[in-house]
Amino acid sequence: MSGFLSMGGYAGYVWPAYALTLVVLGALCVATVSSLRRKQKMLDLLQSSVRSARRRRDGNQTPGAGETA
Amino acid sequence: MHRFANPTRFLRLADAILPWSIAATVLALGSGLVWALAFSPADYQQGDTVRIMYLHVPAAWMGLFAYTAMAVASAVALIWKHPLADLAAKASAPVGACFTFLCLVTGSLWGKPMWGTWWVWDARLTSMLILLFLYLGYMALQGAFDDPQRGQKAAAVLALVGFVNVPIIKFSVDWWNTLHQPASVVKMGGPAIDPAMLVPLLVMTVGFKAYYVTLLLLRIKAEVADAKIRSLRLTEIHG
Repeated sequence: MSGFLSMGGYAGYVWPAYALTLVVLGALCVATVSSLRRKQKMLDLLQSSVRSARRRRDGNQTPGAGETA
Repeated sequence: MHRFANPTRFLRLADAILPWSIAATVLALGSGLVWALAFSPADYQQGDTVRIMYLHVPAAWMGLFAYTAMAVASAVALIWKHPLADLAAKASAPVGACFTFLCLVTGSLWGKPMWGTWWVWDARLTSMLILLFLYLGYMALQGAFDDPQRGQKAAAVLALVGFVNVPIIKFSVDWWNTLHQPASVVKMGGPAIDPAMLVPLLVMTVGFKAYYVTLLLLRIKAEVADAKIRSLRLTEIHG
């Protein structure tokens, strides 16, 4: 096990390479997913506010007509 | 091609591919990491530093692949004005930049014990550094205009002009004297690398590629959502 950790004396080069790769790829993945979620949430919010604005504008004679427009 | 330029159709396709690309990423990277670190043999000359190869080489290949994808998408966007091609090019850039950065840093960590230096200004290393600057310039140019469409167009032109660097990187080890070793996998006469190292290298490459596909699709989805948000805001103001 200690042989594995010491990487034949090159632990100071091999492990940082692997650690940095995981950190960079992991961070990019987290940033991508969180920005996608944020944008989708904002889009849902905007779409529902547009729908309710249309419903108000279309008045009460045909409830729900704005949904199909 | 035209059928996939439709965002709705693209989103359906992306959602169909994503579970598979995520599974491939986790499986290939998971098994590839264990294989590369524990089960692949140490090199008879380079000892355990050869394990850096399993990150360095796939990162380099994907840095070039992502740039090529970005240049092709930019060309499609400039010529046929496909809205999705612009979004694809934009989504590819940060992922490719990360791969290129990792290639440079892991190469440095490999070069110090094997060459005795972190960095040399030779053809392969310098052209790879230029690739990173091209990615950074592309991303900076996108946001440098008040009109996002003009920024996108300027960035697309930069991506195309910068593509000349891709074959230069590939052939730099043959054209100029360099410390960097020549190609040992993609070359005439087949790979000059033992299967005990070639197989984990290919598994890691599949993992990196699946990661790229996953992130590319997620980022295009985010760009499509962003475009919808912008057009909804416009209709709110004008409608």
